[in-house]
Amino acid sequence: MSVNYCGDFKQSYKDDMRVMQTPFIRICIFSFIVFLYAFPFLASTYVVSTVNVIGIAVIGALGINIVTGFTGQISLGQGAFLGVGAFACSYFMREWGIPFWVAMPMAGVFTAAVGMVFGIPSLRLKGLYLAIATLAAQFILEYLFLHMDMFTGGSNGVYFPSPEAGPVVFDTDQSMYYLIITVAIMAVVFATNLFRSKDGRAFVAVRDHYLSAEIMGIHLFRYRLLSFAVSSFYVGIAGSLWGAYTQYITPEHFTIHESINYLAMIIIGGLGSVLGSIYGAVFMTLLPQVLTVITSWAAHVLPSVGDLIMSIKEGIFGLIVILFLVFEPDGMAHRWSLIKAYWKLYPFSY
Amino acid sequence: MEFYIQLVVSGLVLGSIYALVALGFAIIYKSTGVVNFAQGEFLMIGAYFCFGMVVQFRVPWFWAFVLTLIFSIVLGLLVERLILRPMIGEPIISIIMVTIGLSSVLRSIVQAIWGTQIQVYNPPLFPDAPIQIAGMPVSQVYLWSFGLSLVLLVLFGLFFKYSKAGVAMRATAFSNQVALSMGISVKQIFALAWCIASVVSAIGGILIGNINGINSQLAHFGLKVFPAVILGGLDSILGAALGGIIIGVLENLSDGILKTLFGLQGIKEVAPFVILVVILMIKPYGLFGTEEIERV
Repeated sequence: MSVNYCGDFKQSYKDDMRVMQTPFIRICIFSFIVFLYAFPFLASTYVVSTVNVIGIAVIGALGINIVTGFTGQISLGQGAFLGVGAFACSYFMREWGIPFWVAMPMAGVFTAAVGMVFGIPSLRLKGLYLAIATLAAQFILEYLFLHMDMFTGGSNGVYFPSPEAGPVVFDTDQSMYYLIITVAIMAVVFATNLFRSKDGRAFVAVRDHYLSAEIMGIHLFRYRLLSFAVSSFYVGIAGSLWGAYTQYITPEHFTIHESINYLAMIIIGGLGSVLGSIYGAVFMTLLPQVLTVITSWAAHVLPSVGDLIMSIKEGIFGLIVILFLVFEPDGMAHRWSLIKAYWKLYPFSY
Repeated sequence: MEFYIQLVVSGLVLGSIYALVALGFAIIYKSTGVVNFAQGEFLMIGAYFCFGMVVQFRVPWFWAFVLTLIFSIVLGLLVERLILRPMIGEPIISIIMVTIGLSSVLRSIVQAIWGTQIQVYNPPLFPDAPIQIAGMPVSQVYLWSFGLSLVLLVLFGLFFKYSKAGVAMRATAFSNQVALSMGISVKQIFALAWCIASVVSAIGGILIGNINGINSQLAHFGLKVFPAVILGGLDSILGAALGGIIIGVLENLSDGILKTLFGLQGIKEVAPFVILVVILMIKPYGLFGTEEIERV
């Protein structure tokens, strides 16, 4: 539901499809971007590093939202695809000496190819079966990470070279911040525009009713596979950035928990919403930090309670996901639009 | 040769426990259409509850067993009423996610109470001394587990075929609306399905706990169930049972063979999922599943 300002009417479809509907929104968005770039000068290193993790999570969450939220293909293998991207990028850089700027898109393409292989079952399978197929992909890839020592260094993991641009080496939180934020903004812009295009609308049609979509002439298999590819590309990029940020990657990071984490992000944020992916990524990245603060505070006051919260941290995640699904199934993006609508019409809501 | 027979035997036992858990999974899926990712946690929490009764409170095995069953019934009812009932009519991804959330909640409850170390039942449910079968020593716990699982599977098979509640469950699985108009309380059937699933999983948990000891890794059983139910056909009770046993044997055999021939480690964890992908590619609706045919 969107509520427009008084006197704000559209005279053409082009007007109606605009991303930035009003000058006010345009100003807000551009000043937010300026703020983002000025951010490292204002905040401490710790805050910047948190925002880095959020930025990577935004890219990954956009990826899974494209396949799950927009196209309706449930994927439980995103954690492993993240790993594919990270290990591939690291391999290209270490063994072939390719600079990061080329290796990152290459890793994205490679992840897209792997994603498409596991997306092939989507030709015949849907919903639940596909979820299970991608779950299998997760476990098989995890096994490969651990046992293909040549590419992934086995359980020890491998070192990830820092990206370089001439004299600048991206190895600090501040420098990585600019890289991550730039890529994240590009990812958001591309995703927003994707869903104003023919292919993006086809994705949504496949999700809403795949039989009707096929009747309208949408090639189901092609678009399902395409959404897997685009999504995996995003996730591969996120994986590469994660590798560049942490400088060392081990298979431990790319487990089923990571997949579930990403799925939780888009459900909490809002399925099928670009903004929702961002809200979800912010929420799910900040949540553990907040929990840590609460835990340490509780440990201070009541030591036993601190231990208890420590051991049930994962359970608190689960509980929050359940509560969101039961009470706010459309996610934070939906709630936010309701709040906006309420205040726009305040005090004369109808 | 004896090595392989041992593998098959332990595979059969493992498989029969998979079959129990898969049975619970299939019952829920069949009657309520919910994919339960928390099945393994039901198994784990049942095993731990029984452990708490037997070891910590020194309750005799029989009563501990009964108490565990009652606990499982209550757990099943609570989960259905509090978490799954509000989700009726929501898209499949929300339902998958809510059971995943449930699984991590249950797991952390268990960790908060019992910690993460491996625990053993003491005293064990079955005597230690192995029995000789055709010259091969087979431990009693294997025999009992296999036997008990088979008995339960047959009992539930008969329950679904002949009892009134079983027929009502099958009717609900066929169509909620038709069942409602026939005077079947669909709510009660949903609750019953969750109870049965929780109970059979808890029994599986107690059995596997007697074989390997219990720790939080038990929850992985819930994920191993997917290959079993996919092989058998998602909505088939018989298929779930058979699929469980086949996956158990295949898992053990592939592990043993690949380890001795190629020195590959840890195949056991991944083999069922490779099998799963192969099945999905060649026969997606499994051995006994209902094939959905759609044409545009």
